[in-house]
Amino acid sequence: MKRKPALPGPTDSWREITPGGTIRGGASAVFFKTGDWRTWRPVWNQEACRQCLLCFPVCPDSSIPLAEGKRTDFNFNHCKGCGICAEICPVHAISMIKER
Amino acid sequence: MNSTIEIRWHGRGGQGTKTASLLLADVAFHTGKYVQGFPEYGPERMGAPITAYNRISDEPITIHSNIDKPDIVVIVDETLIGAVPVRAGLKGRETILINSSRDVETLRRSLNGFSGELFIVDGRRISEETIGANFPNIPMLTAVAKACGLMTDSEFVEFMKESLGRKFSGKTQIIEGNLQAVIQTLEELRS
Amino acid sequence: MNRKSCLSGNEAVAYAMKQINPDVVPAFPITPSTEIPMKFSSYVADGLVDTEFVAVESEHSAMSACIGSQAAGARTMSATSANGLALMWEMLYIASSFRLPIILCCVNRALSGPININNDHGDSMGARDAGWIQIYSENNQEAYDNLIQAVRIGEHSEVQLPVMVCQDGFITSHAVENIELLDDMTVKDFVGTYRPVNSLLGNESIAMGPYESADFYIEHKRQQAEAIINAVQVVAEIGTLYAELTGRPYGLIEKVSMDDADYALVVIGSTAGTSRAAIRILRAEGIKVGMIKIRVYRPFPEAEVAAALEGVTAAAVLDKAEGLSGTGGPLYADVCTTLHRHRNNLFTRNFVYGLGGRDVKVSDIIYVFREIARESADPGNMQRMIPYRYLGVRENTHPGEQT
Repeated sequence: MKRKPALPGPTDSWREITPGGTIRGGASAVFFKTGDWRTWRPVWNQEACRQCLLCFPVCPDSSIPLAEGKRTDFNFNHCKGCGICAEICPVHAISMIKER
Repeated sequence: MNSTIEIRWHGRGGQGTKTASLLLADVAFHTGKYVQGFPEYGPERMGAPITAYNRISDEPITIHSNIDKPDIVVIVDETLIGAVPVRAGLKGRETILINSSRDVETLRRSLNGFSGELFIVDGRRISEETIGANFPNIPMLTAVAKACGLMTDSEFVEFMKESLGRKFSGKTQIIEGNLQAVIQTLEELRS
Repeated sequence: MNRKSCLSGNEAVAYAMKQINPDVVPAFPITPSTEIPMKFSSYVADGLVDTEFVAVESEHSAMSACIGSQAAGARTMSATSANGLALMWEMLYIASSFRLPIILCCVNRALSGPININNDHGDSMGARDAGWIQIYSENNQEAYDNLIQAVRIGEHSEVQLPVMVCQDGFITSHAVENIELLDDMTVKDFVGTYRPVNSLLGNESIAMGPYESADFYIEHKRQQAEAIINAVQVVAEIGTLYAELTGRPYGLIEKVSMDDADYALVVIGSTAGTSRAAIRILRAEGIKVGMIKIRVYRPFPEAEVAAALEGVTAAAVLDKAEGLSGTGGPLYADVCTTLHRHRNNLFTRNFVYGLGGRDVKVSDIIYVFREIARESADPGNMQRMIPYRYLGVRENTHPGEQT
């Protein structure tokens, strides 16, 4: 499990921020949850899914995690509900419902 | 400042004038002098007039400007007389070395009756006889080095042998030809 | 064993690079700096260095490659001039913002337009706000010595900034002069091994150059400002170490005959050498003249310049670049800022000179000294006359009427 890097906050002085603006730990975007922008939410029908993996590469937010070469349920931390995955699925195993 | 010799070269692009001025700096450097060797740059093309400069001194040289009042002017291509101001800055007490097969009187007239020392080197004939091509820069360099009194004739031949050997290592014909040009120039200057 | 030789400024710099043996050199050619990567690439081809030479398609790419390379922990160098420097302009700011000690050999040449290949300081002066350390060289010896010191200055933990080592195009870059070279081991020991503070290939996973919102941008710049201010001390320290090694002293400025000078010149680059001859001539006449040569222009050596100008009656500031502010050149602006804080009553004149390679003679410098001596004799002239001048420009169409 990645540890969230110690990032400077808006109250840190100029002496405390990292020189060059360097972020230690890297790939810190993972820790900024942008999923709360959603108005529509994808639902994965696991039985209907044929594991063709057409959905995973077209997701703009990398919100379809893979495990051992197979797709797993959506990671809703960053999913914006754009519906591209539902559009591309050849067997309609993904449906879009209203986000409550 | 009195110990500084200032030299201006006039040639055409492709004749080796720049190389000769840099070689002269090298020769003088090896005798323990302080030197400068620098060409003047502008739109360059084969055959276009180029100017190069040298300063040779017993004292460190700090000036970084062009030379207005040379002690020695070297004209590598005599067609430049009248085309570029080869006598600019001269008062008649200096030395002009010129690559030509013409006689002293004719040349003095073409140089508006210049009253200083005039040395003529038939660089074209010497280089054609020794190197097999019209490359007057080595004969002119030899003449200038002698005019500056940098080293004895035999020392200069030794220096050029070593320098040419390094520059053209392996190409014995070129080294031999250029060395012969040096020796012949020195012989002709002596007489 | 130190070795005496006879080299052009470009050859000297390329030789220093060979002795430094950087990890990566990305380069694109432009007159009059071309000979530097050209000579260096033959060292690479002959196996005399371990450097990865990257021939790129433009100067913008050259600096981009420098940034990528240095960010990955590689000691990186390049060379350029004039419009090449201008083309990499946005990347210069990135390099200093990333705090990467990239070393750039800037062979000063006039910026187009009009197109001109000869020397002036317009190119590096145009980049003076980019956050780079700028060191200027009077001759080939200084270009060589400055490059070696630049590595230690930029990489210093209190600095971590890129460094531009400048020399005058054609005037020193293409002129062969006497030089003393250090031996390989001495240079290698002096520059040491590069130990990057941050490296993309280091043990820790990092990200460099992220977007910084209004919450952080100004703090980031404040940090860069602190680094440039720290560089003042670091340049002096490295200069002292280098002096111990070579017997050649280096500071932020060099003072010539300033102890009792009435009239002072403030000047950058090869013209300082020509000025030395002018000073000798005028001193022999009994006129007390001196010179402050600015070696390090960024950071600006305010304290040193102020101290040097203390007892002086009048100063002429020579600018080999125009900032086109309408009030004077870039060096004049910095000197005036210094004087405003330290000595507001000094009589000054600014002479913009040598643009586009206009030859500067000993007689020109003598003229400058005589002018400020003459004008400063009447102190009312400071208010009455405009200090911003041009030296050597044709004012009239009749030849012979010019100085």
